[in-house]
Amino acid sequence: MVSFDYAPAPESTSIVDIKSSYGLFIDGEFTDPAAGGSFKTISPSTEEVLAEVAEADESDVDRAVKAARRAHTRVWSRLSGRERGKYLFRIARIIQERSRELAVLESIDNGKPIRESRDVDVPQVAANFFYYAGWADKLEYAVAGRAPASLGVAGQVIPWNFPLLMLAWKVAPALAAGNTVVLKPAETTPLTALLFAEICQQADLPPGVVNIVTGAGDTGRAVVAHPDVDKVAFTGSTEVGRSIARSVAGTDKKVTLELGGKAANIVLDDAPIDQAVEGIVNGIFFNQGHVCCAGSRLLVQESVADEVLERLKRRMSTLRVGDPLDKNTDVGAINSGEQLAKIRELAAVGESEGAAGWSPPCDLPAQGFWFPPTVFTGVTQAHRIAREEIFGPVLSVLTFRTPSEAVDKANNTPFGLSAGIWSDKGSRILWMADQLRAGVVWANTFNKFDPASPFGGYKESGYGREGGRHGLEGYLR
Amino acid sequence: MSRIDVRKTYKLSIGGAFPRSESGRTYEVTDAKGAFWANASAASRKDARDAVVAARSAFKGWSTRTPYNRGQVLYRVAEVLEGRRAQFVDEVQRSEGATKRQAEATVDTAVDRLVWYAGWADKVAQVVGGTNPVAAPFFNFSVPEPTGVVAVSAPQGSSLLGLVSVVAPVITTGSTCVVASSVERPLPAITLAEVLATSDVPGGVVNVLTGTLRDTLPTLASHRDVNALDLTGTAGDAELAAELEELAADNLKRVRRGGGAEEDWTLDPGLDRLTWTLETKTVWHPIGR
Repeated sequence: MVSFDYAPAPESTSIVDIKSSYGLFIDGEFTDPAAGGSFKTISPSTEEVLAEVAEADESDVDRAVKAARRAHTRVWSRLSGRERGKYLFRIARIIQERSRELAVLESIDNGKPIRESRDVDVPQVAANFFYYAGWADKLEYAVAGRAPASLGVAGQVIPWNFPLLMLAWKVAPALAAGNTVVLKPAETTPLTALLFAEICQQADLPPGVVNIVTGAGDTGRAVVAHPDVDKVAFTGSTEVGRSIARSVAGTDKKVTLELGGKAANIVLDDAPIDQAVEGIVNGIFFNQGHVCCAGSRLLVQESVADEVLERLKRRMSTLRVGDPLDKNTDVGAINSGEQLAKIRELAAVGESEGAAGWSPPCDLPAQGFWFPPTVFTGVTQAHRIAREEIFGPVLSVLTFRTPSEAVDKANNTPFGLSAGIWSDKGSRILWMADQLRAGVVWANTFNKFDPASPFGGYKESGYGREGGRHGLEGYLR
Repeated sequence: MSRIDVRKTYKLSIGGAFPRSESGRTYEVTDAKGAFWANASAASRKDARDAVVAARSAFKGWSTRTPYNRGQVLYRVAEVLEGRRAQFVDEVQRSEGATKRQAEATVDTAVDRLVWYAGWADKVAQVVGGTNPVAAPFFNFSVPEPTGVVAVSAPQGSSLLGLVSVVAPVITTGSTCVVASSVERPLPAITLAEVLATSDVPGGVVNVLTGTLRDTLPTLASHRDVNALDLTGTAGDAELAAELEELAADNLKRVRRGGGAEEDWTLDPGLDRLTWTLETKTVWHPIGR
């Protein structure tokens, strides 16, 4: 049989200029850290060192918070909403102008396919700034029955799975509401945040309005714990979220937490199967499964389970795993060696607890961090792979007989971030959406985002919402 | 010979029933002048856990009532409270050391507050929810939903108006609650529980515990089946408030802080107390033929 293999279609990296070392972005300037510490960020697909990045300690964070406070008191809170909005519009436009550069850099530093960074992440980033820019002079329409005011300095800590998008989710509403920010990007993916700092300079954003401090957990803790931070916004693991909730206890800080999930993606017997399979694939293999709202628990009605699984496996066999910068790639590299080890550990637990794992045959590159798309069948609710967030391309399949049973199983988790429903029957979809204890419910679709749409969890998936008018409220007094 | 009055035994309110504390303990409640008034139940940790179980089992039924129906029930509470106005005026007067006129004004405001929240039940979703204009062919809407079981530390000073002001908004939107009443002034809380029990509020929707905060609040704050914690009653006790907030972090409860001093309950409450116990659920569906 003739095989029609794809020829490689690599994206050129010449558009990106990665410096050998980066400082901290404080008060509008790149500066050296006081203690001079640094760490390396590598490309997860090649393990090549990309750059040395400054590590901020407590004194650096303090400097950043002071700069943010000054900028808030003297400049940003005094600007009219209209003028603040114009800065945000400028930023949105520069992001659009430099979108290819941002997408390539994001894929290099994060390992995600260029197809996703180019077509999903960066357009969404620009859209978030554009959306919130328009709110800046309309704040009094955002909150019912009270006069809004900014909180002050926002300390923001974001994860490595959507480095630039999470930055936009945090920075855009904060600035629109009149706050200034100190942002800490993840230690494995700091580069696009530092490029964003340059964008702030190009936009002539007043110094101190946005400050970016790079570093790992200790730097993040210093941001969260700083006594002069008025608002803490965090996206990341439930475990860290808990410790943040503890550390702000007894203070006046306002907090938004976007934490883990273990979303149920429910396929009912009348679902459009091909669309559902596409949604299942998108739900769990998008961004290598590094998505807090990933549809990691597939709940499929018993009568259609065999058919769904068969078509799912066939579809998984067509997924192309490999070079993130190849435009044909569907699944890129796992973000770090550490994360790969966690995924491997939980997959091994899945096997040892009696579930059956399956992956399509695929050649993984010799260098870098890779994990093949994997589906586990024979999973019960007691299995760890059905309870714990894996944060990788690993799907657990459970079955159910009645829609009520599906709801019970879907809700049987301490998380409550997202859920999916696949059915052709509108009344059934609305009934089920009503029963599910989750902040986002995707019906006959999955993993969709928009700046105008609120996002956030119930229960241990955190509190507060980001996106839309709701996202703005978290930054207003 | 003059008539001996029939004194009231004040008990707890759990799941629509009025049990004594399982511990058998009571504590002495005095009126504002310091004279013995009654022995109130001193709720134990077990009572607190029982109350959470009652609140959880009431949640499904209460949260799925129509907002119209919940509004009717809230209004009914106002009716019954108004009908027992004299009793509350007396209890507020004795609890708070108020004049008769002040106590009357307080009870009237409490009734009016219930009426205000009754009217919100079927409107809040329109004010804080809505459709989201996403840039793709999807119908996308957000609705507010009740968070679940809310533990409420009621104000220490305002024994009736403050209590009504913290409980009514929680149940208006469909959450259920366990309330730790004012420690020194617990009696209007139990009488209010009697009003709720005769106002079509299902058993378990509001559970009232009397006793010291140290006996009940840490249990509620660390309870895995409590979704939110209102620390209003710890106003002024920063140490206790911080300790409880830390316990609440275990299952990431939503926490409403108490602040430095008790607020002025006669002011317009705004939407804040209504919305802090709400979750926002956003639903996406494709548009197409």
